[in-house]
Formats: sequence, C-alpha cells, structure tokens
Amino acid sequence: MNYAASAHQDITAKLPGWRAAVLFGVLLIGFAGLLGRGVYLQGINDDFLQKKGDARYSRVVEVSAHRGMISDRNGEPLAVSTPVESVWASPSDVEADEGKIRKLAKILGMESNKVRQRLFNSKRDFVYLKRQLPPAQIEKVVSLNIPGVLLQREYRRYYPTGEQTSQILGFTGKDDNGQEGLELALQDLLAGEPGSKRVIKDRRGHIVEDIGSLRVPKHGNDVELSIDSNIQYLAYRELKDAVIKHKAKSGSVVVLDPRSGEVLALANYPSFNPNNRSKVSVQSIRNRAITDVFEPGSTMKPFTVAAAVEVGIIDANTTVDTENGVFAIGRRKIHDLHPEATMTVAQIIQKSSNVGAAKIALSLEPEILWNALAESGFGASTGSEFPGEAAGKLRDVKTWRPIEQATISYGHGISVNLLQLARAYTIFANNGELKPISLLKLDKPVAGRKVFSDRTTNSIRAMLETVAHEGGTAPLAQVTGYRVAGKTGTSHKLENGKYVKRYIASFVGFVPASDPRLVIAVMLDEPSNGQHYGGQVAGPIFSKIAGTALHMMKVPNDAPLDNNHLVSNDLMGREI
Amino acid sequence: MLLRGNILNSILLLVLLACALSVVTSQHKARKLLIELQSEKDVAQQLEVEWGQLQLEQSTWATPSRIGKIAEQKLQMQLPGVEQITLIRVEPNGQTKHQP
Repeated sequence: MNYAASAHQDITAKLPGWRAAVLFGVLLIGFAGLLGRGVYLQGINDDFLQKKGDARYSRVVEVSAHRGMISDRNGEPLAVSTPVESVWASPSDVEADEGKIRKLAKILGMESNKVRQRLFNSKRDFVYLKRQLPPAQIEKVVSLNIPGVLLQREYRRYYPTGEQTSQILGFTGKDDNGQEGLELALQDLLAGEPGSKRVIKDRRGHIVEDIGSLRVPKHGNDVELSIDSNIQYLAYRELKDAVIKHKAKSGSVVVLDPRSGEVLALANYPSFNPNNRSKVSVQSIRNRAITDVFEPGSTMKPFTVAAAVEVGIIDANTTVDTENGVFAIGRRKIHDLHPEATMTVAQIIQKSSNVGAAKIALSLEPEILWNALAESGFGASTGSEFPGEAAGKLRDVKTWRPIEQATISYGHGISVNLLQLARAYTIFANNGELKPISLLKLDKPVAGRKVFSDRTTNSIRAMLETVAHEGGTAPLAQVTGYRVAGKTGTSHKLENGKYVKRYIASFVGFVPASDPRLVIAVMLDEPSNGQHYGGQVAGPIFSKIAGTALHMMKVPNDAPLDNNHLVSNDLMGREI
Repeated sequence: MLLRGNILNSILLLVLLACALSVVTSQHKARKLLIELQSEKDVAQQLEVEWGQLQLEQSTWATPSRIGKIAEQKLQMQLPGVEQITLIRVEPNGQTKHQP
C-alpha cells in the first residue's frame, strides 16, 4: 500500500510542462506530413494510385471484327470468313508423356518426331503446331488436355464456288487481307477493324462492368456482286469444256446485262481452287478477261460500219466494191476469206469482209473513225475498278497512216480486253447507250452516254443478226427460239512484231435480238485442234450459254422454235 | 418540437439506410445482369459463327455442279430441250397465254 502511494507520487512529481508541448508538436508535424502526403497522392499526383487500383480489376479486352461476306446478286455466298482454331504450344509449359504426343501427332497428321522436336527442342515461347484446323480435329486436341498445348482463334476465308469464280474474287492472305482480285479492290469495304474496350472483371474472370470503349470495333461490310452464280457456273462449265475440246491455251467468257452495265458472269479457264492454293501457278490467277489485251480482229468491224452509218455516207444496202478479195494499200495487201466482186454493207458484216471494212474505213475522216472507237470505250478503262485492268491501246489518230486506218477497221493494230469488247457491244444492244461496267450489284441505274443514234444501232443490229444466219460466219451461234445478233472474230497472234499462224477465236453477241437481255463475249486463245475460226470455236459456246441462261431468266422466245439455220435472204430482204 | 425533430430524424435515418441497402442490391443486380448480357453476347457471336459455317456448308452442298451431277447420274434426269419447254405469259388480268 505504501509502495503504491509512493509510486504515484513519483510520476506526478517528475513531469515537466514542456514535454507535453514537444510531444504535441511532434504529433502535429507527423499529422501535417500525413496530410501533405495525402493531399499529394489524392489531389496532385493521383493517377499513380489510380493505376495501381485499376490494375487489380480493370482489363482491356479485344473485341474481334470479322471480314465482310461477298455474295452474288441473289445473296448466295461467294466468300465467307469463318473462325478456325490453330494449335500452338508454349514449350516450357508442356507436360506430356510419349503416348499423348503420339496421339497428338496422329490428330494433327504430323510425324510424332516432328511434334516432339517442336515441343521440346525449341527455345521459343510460342510455336505453332498446326494452323487452321477443322473443328472435328480441334475437339480431339482439346480432349487430350495436354498442359501447354493451346488454341488460338484465327479467321479463314472460304470460297464455296471454288475455281468458277476464283479470278474475279481473288483471295486473302493468312491475316485475312485481300491480295488479289475483288478481295483486294474492295479491301477497305470488306476489312473489319478489331476494337477494344475497358472492363472490370471479378475474381472469377467475369466482366462485371463495362467502363467504356477504347476503340469501337468495325465489322467488315457485306458486298453484293453483280455476278449471278448460276450463269457464272454455266459460263465456266461451257468454257472449260470448249478449251479442253479445242486444246486451247486459255479462254475467257464475259456475260453482261446491257441495260445496266452489270457483269453477270466472268469466267476464265484454266482456273485455280482458291480454297487450296498450295499448287497455284501465277498464270491461272490472272483474270485474263480484264488484265490481258489482244487484237480483237473482225469483232471491230461493226464499229467501223457504225461510224460510217452514223455520218450518213453509207447504209445497209450500199454496195461496196470488194475487189475479188484482194485490196492493196501501198505494199501491203488485205485479203478476204470469202472473196466477192461486190458486197452490200450488210454482207460485209455477215461474211466478215476485211476488204469491205477497210474500204469503208478509208472513206471516213480518220478523226471520225477514231472518235467513234474512243467513244465506244476502246483504249480506256471500263470503269470496273478491277486491280490490274489493262485499258488496251487505241493509237493516237495523229500517228495513223492509211494502212493503219484500214487494219484498225477490222481489228488489227488495236488492242482490247474482253470486258471492254463486251461492253462496247452493249451500245448496239442498248439503243446506242454505253454504260460503265459494274462488278457490284446496282440499286439504281447509272447514267450512260449516247454513242450512236437509234437509227444507226437498229441498222447495225439487223446486220449482226444475219451473222448467225445461213451464209453468215457463225450459224453455230444460233439459239433455238431466240434471235441472235453478234460478230465473229479470228485474229492472228502477234509475236515479236510479226503475225504468226496461231489464232485468237472470239464471238461477241447479244440475245434476244428484239430486246437484248444478255451480251456475251467469248474468247479462246490458240485453239489448236483443227478448228480456229471464231464462228466454229467460240460461236457454239455463246449459243450454249445464251440458250440455257435465257431459259433460267425466263425470257420469252422471240423466234419460232425451228429458227435454226433460217434462210438469211428472207430476213435480209425484210429488215435491211 | 424536440420530439417531432427526433421522429423526423429517425425516419430520415431509416430512409437513408433503405437507400444505402438498395444501392448495394441494385449494384449487385446490375453486375449479375451484365454477366448475363455478356454470356448472351458470347452465345450470339457463337451463333453468328455457326450461321456463317452453315451458310458455307449449304452453298457447298448446293453448288450447281454437284446438283447437276446428282440429277444426271443418280436421278437419271436431263435438261429439257427447247422443244420440250413452253413459256406461258401471265397477262395482267391473270389470264395465261402460250408463247409461240
């Protein structure tokens, strides 16, 4: 008791007043420090802690965007991107025994040695085992459940129509960017842009709050082409048969809608399968109908005649002295295949007289002929916007000598691509109006340009009809039940500046002649199985495509069903 | 006066408590719904992928060349000749008319 009392006395006695003040001061300074630090962290330098906090729960996630689909004019898919999985491994995490590796190798279709080597002898953190596997195999890989073997989602493009449309569509690379054809031309439209957004995730990885988009994902647009996949199939099938039958080097077909300028089909052979490009040659990738030019030959004659009819110096019945098939200009001689002493202008077209065409051309001012050809779209782009389109060559009128003026009239000394040639024929099929070519489906008609008057085009159309009649160069182009108008072309190929005995056979025409719905241009390069004339080789292809396509389009007949090999004089007498 | 103030305060206190609790529950609900939305979105994307694959599959089965082959070889069908086709035009009044 005594002890307690004395202890109490001790404490009270030894407390000096300044000690409390010092302690108070120290605490105050401490608090001021804390307060200052607090203000600093919360108010002045606040993003540091904010970042630390965010890092605990906030995540940036990728939002994927797919490439748009390409479809035909009826919505049938032509190119579709679909996700596929690739199998990759992180070698340092792989735990697998011999049995599992053997199973994995079997699923992937690889040698187990190779798989083992990839898994264990690699210093990298990321090795692809196999890219772009079908879903069934992926399931098997997942069921093996090997740690360190993982999947990655990638997009792959599929082309259901395969080789029929491969040159128009082109293809994409591994990263799904367009490399050729329309895939390249429409890249900006088709490509998707992956976005990203910031989210808050909970402990189990669920997204619990969407904070906001950092970048909005942009899905690729779907594109509808003007192609009709039924006509495309038809065109490709007939072309392929003919190229093989005539042992040609290659061939192309273009089918246009003359009223709108839309391309309904565009086929080339040889072709390639865009779904499996392991053995594709550069040659087969080329869209020859657009990127290759050739000398058109006689298919140019209607334009020469139209130019002369337009200025009024001739009409269908004007008689031209065709000099028994040989006509000399300077040292050069122009020959006819079917020589005659005289021919009417209509017969010059029907029998494809070079002499006649040359004489008509020489009776025109060069500028008038040049203008008519340039207005018809020769030597200029078709407006298709296809990558690598070759515009062809129409030489400047100032450099023309008489011999050139004569040869151009029947399609030598001028180069065109097949699409250009087909487009030019829409003038005759569409009452003199020329429209730009469109590979995309059009919602509303585009404005065209009037090239020849109605009177001129009607007259040329009637002449072109006689070509497929008896006595014309292409009776084989006749279509049962429909009137056909068209023109054959057979041109020698140019090699090192000399014409050689190899040919390009072509036929361009439209059906039904009374109200044209289709313009079809066919071209075969070097048919070498005995026949090489446009009427023999290209005419039948035209006929087969036109006949079936018109039925598919439910176009009413405009001729009796026994119209094959009509007597031409009858019609000529009446219409020309 | 004093009594009435107390009653008001306790009512406000209760309201405040209720509000605070409802904030917690609605936050929880919002998160649950968001998770649901997210999984539905995943399903939607999965379905879209499947739709693309089905479209592909359909158009692969339905290629004209395949149909043509089956029709000709398996079903013994053939393309009718032009003589065997009759076009019928439907007039605006609903009457039909044979094409020549």
